[in-house]
Amino acid sequence: MPEDFTLTVNGNGHQVRCDPQTPLLYVLRNDLGLVGTRFGCGLGLCGACNVLLDDQPVHSCDTPIATVGAGRVTTVEGLGTVEAPSPLQQSFLEYQAGQCGFCLSGILISATALLRRTPDADEATIRSALDGNLCRCGAHNRIVRAVLAARPGMTMPTETDPGDGPTGDDAP
Amino acid sequence: MNAGAQPDARIAPSPSLVANPRLSTWVSFPVRGYVTVRTGKVELGQGIITALTQIAAAGLSVAPARVRVAAASTQTAPDEGYTAGSLSVQHSGAALSEVCSRVRERCRTAAAAALGVSEADVSLADGIFSAAGAAVSYWDLSTAALLDRDGDPSGSRDDVTTRRADTAVVGVALPRVDLPGKVTGAGCYLGDLVLPGLLHGRMVRPPSRGATLLEAPVAAVEGMDGVHRVIRQQNFLAVVAEREETALLAARALRAGARWREDDTLPDESAVAPFLTAAPAHTETLFEDGKHQALGADTLRVSAVFSRPYLAHASIATSTGLAKADDGVLRVWSSSQGIFHLRAAVSAALHLDPSAVLVQHVESAGCYGHNGADDAAYDAAVLACAVPGRPVRVVWSREDELGWSPLAPAMQVRINAAYDPAAPGTTGTPGAVRDWRHEIWSNGHTSRPGGGVEPALLGLALQRGGAVPPALDPPLARGGGSGRNSVAGYDVGRQVVCSHRLTTMPLRTSAMRALGAHLNVFAIESVLDELAEQSQRDPLEFRLSHLADARGRRVLEVAAERAGWGAPVVEPDVGRGIGYARYKGTGSYCAVVAEVEVTHEVRVRRLGVAVDVGRAINPDGVVNQIEGGAIQSLSWTLKERVRFDRRGVTSDTWETYPIMTFSEVPAVDVAIVASAEAPLGAGEAATGPTAAAIGNALAAAVGVRVRELPLTAEAIIRAISAS
Repeated sequence: MPEDFTLTVNGNGHQVRCDPQTPLLYVLRNDLGLVGTRFGCGLGLCGACNVLLDDQPVHSCDTPIATVGAGRVTTVEGLGTVEAPSPLQQSFLEYQAGQCGFCLSGILISATALLRRTPDADEATIRSALDGNLCRCGAHNRIVRAVLAARPGMTMPTETDPGDGPTGDDAP
Repeated sequence: MNAGAQPDARIAPSPSLVANPRLSTWVSFPVRGYVTVRTGKVELGQGIITALTQIAAAGLSVAPARVRVAAASTQTAPDEGYTAGSLSVQHSGAALSEVCSRVRERCRTAAAAALGVSEADVSLADGIFSAAGAAVSYWDLSTAALLDRDGDPSGSRDDVTTRRADTAVVGVALPRVDLPGKVTGAGCYLGDLVLPGLLHGRMVRPPSRGATLLEAPVAAVEGMDGVHRVIRQQNFLAVVAEREETALLAARALRAGARWREDDTLPDESAVAPFLTAAPAHTETLFEDGKHQALGADTLRVSAVFSRPYLAHASIATSTGLAKADDGVLRVWSSSQGIFHLRAAVSAALHLDPSAVLVQHVESAGCYGHNGADDAAYDAAVLACAVPGRPVRVVWSREDELGWSPLAPAMQVRINAAYDPAAPGTTGTPGAVRDWRHEIWSNGHTSRPGGGVEPALLGLALQRGGAVPPALDPPLARGGGSGRNSVAGYDVGRQVVCSHRLTTMPLRTSAMRALGAHLNVFAIESVLDELAEQSQRDPLEFRLSHLADARGRRVLEVAAERAGWGAPVVEPDVGRGIGYARYKGTGSYCAVVAEVEVTHEVRVRRLGVAVDVGRAINPDGVVNQIEGGAIQSLSWTLKERVRFDRRGVTSDTWETYPIMTFSEVPAVDVAIVASAEAPLGAGEAATGPTAAAIGNALAAAVGVRVRELPLTAEAIIRAISAS
């Protein structure tokens, strides 16, 4: 039976009504319009749907909405924008790190989590951290170079960034 | 370079322009400051929109930022057939080069008249024609009338793709125009498109290939909350729901409650080779050249059989379709590589007039050939017709993507070659191959919709209780299918190529990147290495002595030099190998050197690639495509294999169909050999040479030739046992 859920995504509060087993992925894409998180396999095996739950990358395709609780969700849209990309996104642009780009949202999330955890991660660590993210175009080496280059002085956006506060969608 | 009295590749007519000669079909100036460019080629992740932007900007002399390439649709785009075969720069690029140059000159004439000066006195910069202190721009001229003319398909007199003057825009690494959206989560893919009233469709495929649906819980599932419709037509079974998660639950319930009759219809996976050689086939001599030669007493002979398994496109997105039937018009949104062919197939399958079907291309993840995109479009069309007025989006499951998309065919190749140590080689060195026979067994490599008499669509086959008709092969003159790159690009004396294209198709096959070139080049280059070894000649020197084409020689030499060819490999269980081909015999030249280490498995340490694509419109785009093609080929060559039992594909998740991961990807060095020749495609050139270089490096490392792909530890052990 549908239930009401309150969740925090990219610093904004939202209320949705759906079945408790609904994967977070579909709530993000269909209820909140955050389509940057992609469906790749529905089984947690390709990483295309990765989002941050607090600071941990999780597969939103197999995370039921009922398990999110008070966790703060960050999607690729929460990392930065075309006008103000995060340092990591900027690095991906500088290194032209991508081809079809479908895997990039999940990879940016995994790499963001890695660099928060291990700001001085070496190449082998970066590759290993991205092994759960599949890329079929063969853009791997560009992506690794972009992550390596984004390491020094990287500052991550926080959930309380000015201008990104609660919206009218807030729970009452 | 020759500037042109003789027709050459550069001024060969672009078939795209022959089919769509009107200038206004390609270019218009609807918004001040911007140029709209229409192409029938589509973005597959290969960066074609960026390259075409560069060509149009150079042709019109405007900044690239002023060029907007419209997404292809059957209503507005020139019909350029399929986006396939690494031909988009050659076809669409050549057409846009001619069209934009002609538009520029027609506008220059009009501008000179408007300014009251002679054409020679008009200068053009970023879309503004100026003379003597006065100026008019493209947007001031009556371009609609000026562009109501045909271009000249015989080729541009002022080809911007090779003109040196345009180095500011063509030949530079313009950043990808689509990447900013892709790194910030923009809704740029087909699955992101939201239309008002959108419904969610999910397919329930049969449990196996030959299954017949006996019973389905249609009423029970239609009674579920939020379920809109269940559609059952013979073996075609699907659900349409208001919410996506409801569609998934309903599909699960439908699947659980359905009863099917199943039969064994597939060959034994462990005996694909005997299946391929025994199955009914259409046999054809694809190529025959040279006279029988008298061979000396010391002639060396190699007879070797090579094979590869069925492979999957394995796109990261699953196939998706979106459709809406309204007021007698069926609108379809698809990532198809051929929107006009898809329209023809969908309208034929649904008995609609083609003018009542509109197909709009929307990008999805890279497809690398004919995956399920067209099938998903048809699935969505069928569901949309069942719920008129509401748009329906169908997203395939991962299991269906890996299990029901067309596969790249399993293949077998046998080569018989004879080398006469006394015969003179091309470069005068004694010793030359004098006789070469290449024989192929494979299903066809093309079953795209719209290609045959009956529309080749999975959904239609299921609706009719049958199967998709067997795949065909394009003729060698159009690049071939099974036979792609089967003609050795070397001077090998008498050469005969024969193909056996299966007329039965237990597992549906169609086009995947480079088609037959993957195994054909692997086989040809393996045999060359075997002959080089037997005649105690260096593999590079052996190739060069059989290759007259200077551009081919050059990529081999550059790849070898950058990889330190000739320096001895001293580490145990490490080997270096080389592979070369000119894609399709008419496309880009590519040579690869691989360094391989063999432990409990085969690990590629590095790949060095040299490529000649003619004038590189966007050098970074070329490097990206070549490296990507090499890495994908590496993944196929080392680890990929579609698994199946007697009823269906069993490798239907990423666990059972693993592809190369970040940690497994080696360093890849790509060198572009500078060229002022006409531009050639880059997407598929590295596929064959990469596989070949790895195979040859493996043989050098372990001392045994492994002729069976993928090159796993088990395959090595089998090769050692057999030797």
